[in-house]
Amino acid sequence: MVHSINVNGTTHRVDVDDDTPLLWVLRDNLGLTGTKFGCGVAQCGACTVYMDGQPLRSCSLPVSAVGDARITTIEALAGKEAEAVQAAWVKHDVPQCGYCQSGQVMSAIALLKEIRKPTDRDIDLAMTGNLCRCTTYVRIRAAIHDAARTLEG
Amino acid sequence: MTAHDISLSRRNLLKGAGALVIGLSLPQAGRAQSGAAQVFSPGGAAAFAPNAFVRIAADDTVTVLVKHIEFGQGPFTGLATLVAEELDADWGQMRAEHAPADAKLYANLAFGIQGTGGSTAIANSFEQMRRAGATARAMLVQAAAQAWKVPAAEITVERGVLKHASGKQGRFGEFAEAASRLQAPAEVPLKDPARFKLIGKDGTTPRLDSLGKSTGKAQFTIDIRTPDMLTVVVARPPRFGGKVASFDATEARKVKGVVDVRQIPSGVAVYATGTWPALKGREALKVAWDESGAETRGSRELIAEYRRLARTEGTVAGRHGDAEAVLARADKVIEAEFVFPYLAHAPMEPLDGYLEWNGQGALARLGSQLQTIDHQVIAKVLGLGPEKVRVETLLGGGSFGRRAQPTSELAAELAEAAKAIGPNRPVKLVRTREDDLSGGYYRPLFLHRMRGVLKDGRITAWSAAIVGQSFLKGSPFEAMIKDGVDPVMVEGASELPYEIADFRCDLHTVDVGVPTLWWRSVGHTHTGYAVECFVDRLLQEAGQDPVAGRLALMGKQQRLATVLKAVADLAKWNGPGPVGGRARGVGVVESFGSYVAQIAEVSLGEGGEPKVHKVWCAIDCGVAVNPDIIRAQIEGGIGFGLGHVLYGELTLDQGRPVQTNFDSYRSLRINEMPEIEVAIVPSSEKPTGVGEPGVPPIGPAVANALARLGRERPLSLPMVGGSV
Repeated sequence: MVHSINVNGTTHRVDVDDDTPLLWVLRDNLGLTGTKFGCGVAQCGACTVYMDGQPLRSCSLPVSAVGDARITTIEALAGKEAEAVQAAWVKHDVPQCGYCQSGQVMSAIALLKEIRKPTDRDIDLAMTGNLCRCTTYVRIRAAIHDAARTLEG
Repeated sequence: MTAHDISLSRRNLLKGAGALVIGLSLPQAGRAQSGAAQVFSPGGAAAFAPNAFVRIAADDTVTVLVKHIEFGQGPFTGLATLVAEELDADWGQMRAEHAPADAKLYANLAFGIQGTGGSTAIANSFEQMRRAGATARAMLVQAAAQAWKVPAAEITVERGVLKHASGKQGRFGEFAEAASRLQAPAEVPLKDPARFKLIGKDGTTPRLDSLGKSTGKAQFTIDIRTPDMLTVVVARPPRFGGKVASFDATEARKVKGVVDVRQIPSGVAVYATGTWPALKGREALKVAWDESGAETRGSRELIAEYRRLARTEGTVAGRHGDAEAVLARADKVIEAEFVFPYLAHAPMEPLDGYLEWNGQGALARLGSQLQTIDHQVIAKVLGLGPEKVRVETLLGGGSFGRRAQPTSELAAELAEAAKAIGPNRPVKLVRTREDDLSGGYYRPLFLHRMRGVLKDGRITAWSAAIVGQSFLKGSPFEAMIKDGVDPVMVEGASELPYEIADFRCDLHTVDVGVPTLWWRSVGHTHTGYAVECFVDRLLQEAGQDPVAGRLALMGKQQRLATVLKAVADLAKWNGPGPVGGRARGVGVVESFGSYVAQIAEVSLGEGGEPKVHKVWCAIDCGVAVNPDIIRAQIEGGIGFGLGHVLYGELTLDQGRPVQTNFDSYRSLRINEMPEIEVAIVPSSEKPTGVGEPGVPPIGPAVANALARLGRERPLSLPMVGGSV
């Protein structure tokens, strides 16, 4: 059936089965391929998007459950936290293969919006759902701390 | 794969590989304007293409066509660094793109075919890319000299700017077109390393791919979308060696978006307008499998069989002295048996590929790691000459060896899927995590039986029996097997860096119907653990310090001894402890020509699980081209190795894979990642690899620390939650 969803500030009408995960609507129907598929069962975090500002695994949310919520993907990131995180990611050369990094960046920004100066423990808690098979974790941690310092000004 | 072995057997490989016979002519300076620029699109509308690797555009950008796949290990940045160094370019003007598949232009000089592996990207490109840059520089200088009417020798180049004492200056783009009309010089001088401005200079060459990968803009194969493209998933047999007996696609075809269902050699392909309909269609498919030829043994049965074999005589892989005689008359023989499970590579982007063809020609786009073989296989399946098939390499979302299959199983399945539905229907083949983890091509299951003898505090005899599968057997790389010994099964174990008078290493090669493959650091994934755990245990029994004891045995191993001393200094080594509940363990392994030593600091955490707090690492990889990428690869190698020794196992139960997603195939997470400190030992030796050598030492380093915390060195991996 036709679903009307708000993605990155625009309302889109997509004709897909109700059980279609939001991830595949974003990628296959809307062409927003920055959000990645990694596991399909909310175990790896590569598909992280924001639903009304909160991080969410889009592989496990059927499009029929989106309702009126506002979905934000990496393509529409804006704001000082996003700038600080992405700049820190580049400065520390965090990515290796890069495939999981959209999800990592989304989770890191959400963390910094929540906690201005996260401790290592805060980072563990916020980022543990995002797998990186290249294990770039040392640099993810360093970049988050660095972004937090940038935001402090 | 092991570069030196492949290099040695290249002639045999090419002779024996039939369809793989290709020219070995290498790109020469004289090939300038060879037509490569017209044929290939990478580099865009470059005005100047002095050779197969460098494109300089009027807008001043310098694009390096990289013959190796970029899947995180850094060849985009690394090869661009080599070109930029000799070109005297400004780093800001450098770009990198994948070169197309072309074995004549883009062969890995260590293999003779185009491909990436064995941590060879920098090693085999070091002179070739520098020469490519130097040639381009010489031609730009010549063009400027003609324009300014001054002698070429009076022109200097610095950070992308050509200058003459008269005050004239210009950038590369201004001379690109004029340079393109010149004959390439036959010989160009290379810089004296003392004049390097980028190679080995920390902070000068940030990665070229970080921004795209931090903003979601980087394009992977899974991101390809073209008009009328169909997404394909394949239902494959639940056991390896199974075949389709029959299938009923009635329900599958009813799924909205499913376009077609076809049988292909590897299973049943479902074609749909998108990923979700394809997956739903596959779910609705009814397939009866013929398992008469399938492998039905499980890990438990295989291990029992391997244990039995390890107690029989095998093929001798290495021997000096008479270890058996010393063992037979020894008062005490120290024994250990190590079991290593099957492991999946599980790259974050499961394998995938895109292919379009019209009956006469084809374009394939995928994260190809052995481009030449993929190219040949696609051409063969489609019944086309290789010149009618273009293969474009895309960024790979990880590989760890998985994208390099000697059989090109992925490329073959992709081409078969395209062929089955007929021409002019572009297809994108995708695999789910379940497809990936249950799809085979694992690091083989291995068993090592070790026996040793101590006399007066010295190791006098060492005997190892290794049992496992050979993935080279029956592959185009079979020529590497010599006298019944597959070298990548015993590398690191058939010769030790330690001087032991009486030594023997036996190999048992077992036929099992489970497809296996190289996995980041290949044989060293298990030999490094077995050797480093066992030597540490013998030293402990002899009452010797893990560092000093090893050094005393490393007579001729100067570079290995140097990294061991370096890591001991870095960690302020003062014995293994424990101190305050934390113990330290050592692992030191040479692999792929690089020397790596690690010290891990470990405690016992919740539920007795090992908690690794910090890892110190020293590496000697020859000339360190990009120090920060070396550090990143060591960090990643340690994390990858640690995650698998702690948690990784792919168990077979009656032939069926048990772990099918990340809920059961446990992967290292950020809270389990140790702090890491890396020292790069200065060296003027030829550069060697960094993608794999960080992996092998971490497992034994952790095990050896556990031994100082009152635990036995784990005899069966993984250390946590092993199910066999």
